[in-house]
Amino acid sequence: MIGGLLGSGMALTALFVAFGVLIGILFGFFGMGGSFLVTPALIVMGYPSRVAVGSGLAFVFGTAVIATLKHRDLGQVDYKLGVSMIIGTTLGIEVGKEMVVFLEAMGRAGLVISISYVGLLGGIGLFVTREALKGDGGGSIDHEEADGEVDADDIPDIAKKIQSYHLPPMMTLRGGIQVSLWMVLVVAFATGLLSGLLGVGGGFIRMPALFYLIGVPVPIAVGTDLFEIVFSGGLGSLLYAQLGAVDLSIVVPLLAGSALGARVGSASTSLVNEDDIKIYFGLMLLGGAVAVAIQEAGKGLGIGIAEPLSLLIILASALMVAGAVVVSSVRALREEGEARRAAAAD
Amino acid sequence: MIGASSLPVEALRTVGLVLVEAMILYVGYGVLTSALEPRLTEALRNR
Repeated sequence: MIGGLLGSGMALTALFVAFGVLIGILFGFFGMGGSFLVTPALIVMGYPSRVAVGSGLAFVFGTAVIATLKHRDLGQVDYKLGVSMIIGTTLGIEVGKEMVVFLEAMGRAGLVISISYVGLLGGIGLFVTREALKGDGGGSIDHEEADGEVDADDIPDIAKKIQSYHLPPMMTLRGGIQVSLWMVLVVAFATGLLSGLLGVGGGFIRMPALFYLIGVPVPIAVGTDLFEIVFSGGLGSLLYAQLGAVDLSIVVPLLAGSALGARVGSASTSLVNEDDIKIYFGLMLLGGAVAVAIQEAGKGLGIGIAEPLSLLIILASALMVAGAVVVSSVRALREEGEARRAAAAD
Repeated sequence: MIGASSLPVEALRTVGLVLVEAMILYVGYGVLTSALEPRLTEALRNR
């Protein structure tokens, strides 16, 4: 077990703080992503599946509290939608948690969670990388875009189709969008299931789902998602804490690091063009998928080196993207300074 | 250290600790950012 090699003291705490900083930079810059690297990293480090999922959820909860405090004044929360999402997500998390307990009893939890991660990270990683190569700005949430209004004509066709099903009760969302409550509950349940099963906030699935399936404008989707994660993450943490599966020696240093990193990441958004970094983000997700796949293959084939190798890939992937954000920001600041000096010299 | 037992009170305490830490970090890093960010960005511009 890698955790054992590192010891349970300062070295491990420092590793979690550093990993938290990397994740925080990613979260602060992209507005999502990063937290879903925590659970696979903990699994690779040798923590039991339920501790990895429970601690991952508690970390997501803390991160969402901090992000929601920042977004509350921007008026980007649809509370009616948020409360409806909480109901569906709560049911999904409970079912997901029961699935983890059941799979653990069968001795299959690690394998199923790992395969789900490989599929999710690989799929989303391929999507983001493809969009980045196309250069059309899709695949993740743009901070500038998230602060503006989205034209009603931009609502995807599939969302218009879903909005056309008038299955009562209907609810009116901000911006006058009408949608069946059942559709909202189905989307919320599916993302809650993933949260409970994988220990993720689900934002990287829920935000695109709110936009593409329900037609919620991106700024409202971002704010409402964060508001919802506070409750779903809090409930998920509570359920896992009752199982004794929330390890504060993991969560506390991770959160301390990520809160600091998020400040750096969000400050970088005004300096660096997200499209320049997006391809690294996609590659990081693919790196995460490869790492988990290597770890599972190593377990099956009895290859000892697979476990440290997969942890190395996860850390290197996160470091690559966070490093690209920081280096690009420093470079942008220096260029600004040079431009100022040149202007002053003229 | 595993942060909770099967008792709901202990579970609530664990989640409450995460909530309190998050709020302290939000306020603490907010103050730190206001104090240091302008100086740090200016220093990087002038390097």
